[in-house]
Parts: sequence; structure tokens; C-alpha cells
Amino acid sequence: MLRVIGKRLALLIPTLFGLSILLFLWVRSLPGGPATALLGEKATPEAIARVNELYGFDRPLITQYLTYIGKLLQGDFGVSINTGRPVLEEFATRFPATLELTVIALIFAIGVGVPLGYLAARHYGRFLDHSSVVLSLVGITVPVFFLAFILKYLFAIQWSLLPPDGRQSPRMDATHYTQFYVLDGLLTGEYDAAWDAFLHLILPGLALGTIPLAIIVRITRASVLEVQNADYVRTARAKGLMERTIRGSFILRNAMLPVVTTIGLQLGLLISGAVLTETVFAFNGIGRFLRDAIFGLDYPVLQGFIIFIAILYALINLIVDLSYSVIDPRVRVQ
Amino acid sequence: MSTILPPAAGGSAAPNDPAIDTGRGTGLWKDAFLRLRKNPQAIVGAVIIGLFLLVAILAPLLAPYGGNDLPGRTSITPTTIPGPGEIEGFPLGLDRFGGDVLSKLIWGAQASLLIGVVSTALGLAGGMLLGILAGGLGGWVDNVIMRFVDILLSVPNLLLAVSIAAVLGQSSYAIMIAIGVSQIPIFARLLRSSMLSQRGADYILAAQTLGLSRRTITMSHLLPNSMGPVIVQATLTLATAVIDAAALSFLGLGGGLPQAAEWGRMLTYAQVELAVAPQLAFLPGACIAITALGFTLLGESLREALDPKTRKK
Repeated sequence: MLRVIGKRLALLIPTLFGLSILLFLWVRSLPGGPATALLGEKATPEAIARVNELYGFDRPLITQYLTYIGKLLQGDFGVSINTGRPVLEEFATRFPATLELTVIALIFAIGVGVPLGYLAARHYGRFLDHSSVVLSLVGITVPVFFLAFILKYLFAIQWSLLPPDGRQSPRMDATHYTQFYVLDGLLTGEYDAAWDAFLHLILPGLALGTIPLAIIVRITRASVLEVQNADYVRTARAKGLMERTIRGSFILRNAMLPVVTTIGLQLGLLISGAVLTETVFAFNGIGRFLRDAIFGLDYPVLQGFIIFIAILYALINLIVDLSYSVIDPRVRVQ
Repeated sequence: MSTILPPAAGGSAAPNDPAIDTGRGTGLWKDAFLRLRKNPQAIVGAVIIGLFLLVAILAPLLAPYGGNDLPGRTSITPTTIPGPGEIEGFPLGLDRFGGDVLSKLIWGAQASLLIGVVSTALGLAGGMLLGILAGGLGGWVDNVIMRFVDILLSVPNLLLAVSIAAVLGQSSYAIMIAIGVSQIPIFARLLRSSMLSQRGADYILAAQTLGLSRRTITMSHLLPNSMGPVIVQATLTLATAVIDAAALSFLGLGGGLPQAAEWGRMLTYAQVELAVAPQLAFLPGACIAITALGFTLLGESLREALDPKTRKK
């Protein structure tokens, strides 16, 4: 197992190396260049030259790249041009917000999606099945930011049930250790703060989780349908096993393999969706920060973010692959 | 001729070489079309897309006003925006700038269609080129191309598009190119694997035995028979392209005038007005969702119709 993990991590290196080159060239080809972006359109040539010298933008590309990759390997992602703080620090304060949002969205998507897909398959061809198929189709085609608008309008504006934006009410005087606001509230015993932060997570979480939910429903349904008529299920019935055992240990467990793959694949969707969802709900996470970085042409932030996402993406895929052998012992990791 | 192609592993017969099927009327595509015609899901999808196409093409005739016109500029005040039916001559009301919402929705269909089709065509062309090179030549070319594709795939699709659009500057062309390029890896991968699965087929072996050149085999035999999954993907991608285009212009990467008739753009400005004029968000949002639904329905029925498992019936 350890050797497999090591091998997979080693395979990641060439991809990341290629990505860093592409990113480096990409960032240098942005219009206006970094100095103009930093100083604005009306910057004097002297000021631009000064900034170029300060940040090293005037040196040959190869030197810039070597400096960049050297620092990267030491965990130094550079300093954000917009805020003047180290990129890693900016991520550290914002990533927990996005992670909190993503976790809520995933809990919603899996918690509702798997049972719904399972039930749809059990009631194949009947009302529940048809409606879940239609709903999941709608869920896939509704743009996440539009869904965010609908939820915000209905639940926050029309019925005033939930907060419309932000991560926590400004009135809340909460202590923050980890930047996971719900967790912070629970750790410090400020339960009202935790509850308030949780309420702020519900709408963006629902908006973000709906597309993965729709996909999970479909895959679970298809997978259960395929498994529930398998010979070993018939055999289990013939042996007189309890229906609960058959469903839990035979059907659901065997049907889970494609579902787990799908859940892993949703990560990219969730991160892209987070950028849009956070924009609608003014949720101060990494997605909104990235959006500002794009408009401010904040090179170091953009580079760091994409490398960060690529690593995260690869690690999640590794975990998904490894989880196969836990779910299904027949699958041997190679 | 050197044998670059391995012999058939399972000895699976060519399911549908057009050269063999010609004239017998049971070709893959005709078969698929017949099956599509019987599928209500496909018909609904086709009707939605048909309407959307019609509106997009006839936009100059259908829309009461131009896409960037502000005919109701005098009727809006900082506190009031007339909604649907509240003002004569503007059936769906006005927006923040004084534009006619109905006209903007109609012109928006044209903009979305243009971006969707052009970007998917770009992605398809780029992906096919890489796929043919990788799947047809194999060896180190395949290796280099697939590593490149892997790198592109290591970044989520929409983020890749956002990054590319940021480099190109804010314009609708930038959005087309960005979405197109972000689709290349999927098409390349799909075509390559589809070609690889066909490479061992008997009809390829037959073509080799006849002494046909590698180019002829790849382009006239391997490629046409590997296109099925790629065409299905292209239909489904049109749905994503429409949604992604709206997302990019929603994020403000579209450029042009702020009142430009574009569904995603309309949503950006509707954000501020959500409490007073929710229809400004709901109408363009519904248009995006319905268009995407049409392409998805058609794409999925096409996938079913081309699936050899359902074909046998």
C-alpha cells in the first residue's frame, strides 16, 4: 500500500513540473503585465521600471522561472501583489472557508444523493424513479450561480429565513482560532457563533451541492439497477438471507464503486462552483479571492492557487483509488 | 508496410464500417436516427434546440429593439424598474439600464448560440487533431500529447477557461477561445481511447493486408468508426459551453458594453437588484437552464441510440 502511494506521488511530479512551466508562461502573457496591473493604467514608466526591478519582472524569463521554481520547492509561493501578504498566508486564512462550504455541499450531495438514487432504483419505473430522474436532469442543467440566485431570493429575501450573505453576522463577536467558523464556535463554547456560521453555510452549500447531488443520484441509480439483478444477489435471496443484509452488504456495497469514483470527480466541479457561489453570497473564501486575483492580475496568487488545486485534485484522486480496495477487496491496488 | 497496429486481441468484428453498410439502409447513423425519432426525450431536446436556434437566427426580426439599445431609459428611476406587464410596449419590463428585457433575451440567444457553437467547434477541432495524432501515430507522439492533456486536466475545466480568458482580455472572442481550449483535453482523450479500441479490429487488419497506407487507414477507416462517442460528447459539451459562457460573462470576463445582451451578463447586473426586480435574474437564468437542458436531452438520447448494448434490440 505504501509503495503504491509513493509511486503515485512520484508520478505527480512530472505533471506538476509541466504545469508550473505552463503557468509561468501563462502568467507572463497576461495583458498589461504585472507592473501596469499593480500601478494602474496611468503609471509612469519610471514607476513601472521600479516595480519591475523590485519584483524581478525585468530579468530574463529563464532566470525568473528558476527563481520561481526554487522558491516554490521551499514552499514559498511569493507575495500577493494586491494585498502585499504572502500567498500561502492568504490561502491559509481563506481556504478553511471554502473547505467548510465544500464539506457542507458534499454532505448534502452524498447524504441526499445516495439514498435517493438507491430508492429510485428500488422503485424502478414508478413515480419516485421518474421524478428523481427528471429532478436530477434539471439539477445538472441549472447553472450553479442561477440556483444560488433562486435560493438567495426565496430563503433570504422573500422569506427572510436565512442570512443572504457573508460567513457570520457582523454583530457576532466571535473568537477565531482555526478560521473554520463553525468549528471555532464549538471549540470556544460560543455556540451561538457556531450556529450563526452554520446558518450562513446552508444556502451556499445547497447551491453548490445540487449539481453533484444530481450526478450522484444518477450514478447511484444506474449502479444499483445493474447490481440488484446480479446472480450473487439472487443466490443470496435463495439462501434465505435477510433482506436487510442483502440490500446493505450485497447490493449497496457493490454498487458503491462507481459512486465513489464520481464523488471524487466532483471535486473539480465543486471548486469551480465555489468561485461562482462565493461571488453570489459574498462569502469570503478562496473562490472570491481568486476572482479578485484574476481582475487584479495578481500573478503569484493565480499561480499558487492553480498549483495548489492541481495537487489537491491529484491527492483526492489518489484517495479515491485507494478507497476502492477498501470497498471492494477484489480490486487490488497496483 | 510496417505493422504499427497490433493484431486483434479479441477478434471483435467491425460493427459498422460505412463502406460495408452502404446501400443496405441499416447503417449506424441511420439506425441511431430511427431510434432517436421514437425517443420522447430526444424529441423534447430537439424541439427545445430547434426553438432556440430559430429565435437566435431570427433575432433581428423577432426582437422589438436592438441588443444594446436602451429604449426605456426615460422610464427607469433609481428606485423603480418597471417589471413585466407594468409598462406599455415592454412585455417583460425593463432592466437597470433601460433596456427591453424581451429584446435582450432574444439577442442573448444569439450570443449564447454563437459562443456555444464556436467554442465547441474549436474544442472539437483541437481535440480531434491531438486525438488523431496520439491515437493514429502512437509511440512517443502519443506519450507527449497525453502528458500535455494530463496537465490540462489537472486543473478544473471552468478554472482553466477562466485563466485563459484572463490572458486574452475581456471580450466575447476571449470567452469562445477560452471555453474551446478548456474542452480540448476531453475530446482528445475520448477520440484517442476510441481509436485505440478500434485499432485491433478485423477491418483494420483487412485494410492493412490490402496494403493501404497508414494515413488512409487512420483517416478513412479508423477515424469514422471512432467518432461515435466524440459526437455524443460534443452534443453534451454544447450544454456545458452555454453554461460556462454564461459563468464567464457573469464573472465579468465578457467585455463590451455593460448593457450588452448576454444571458450571463444580465445575471451579473441582476445581482444588485435581486430584492426589487427578481425577474431580471430569473428570466435569463431560466433561458440558460432550458437551453442546456435541450442539449443534454439530445446528447443523452444520442448516446443511448449509439450504444451497442441498446442497438441489438
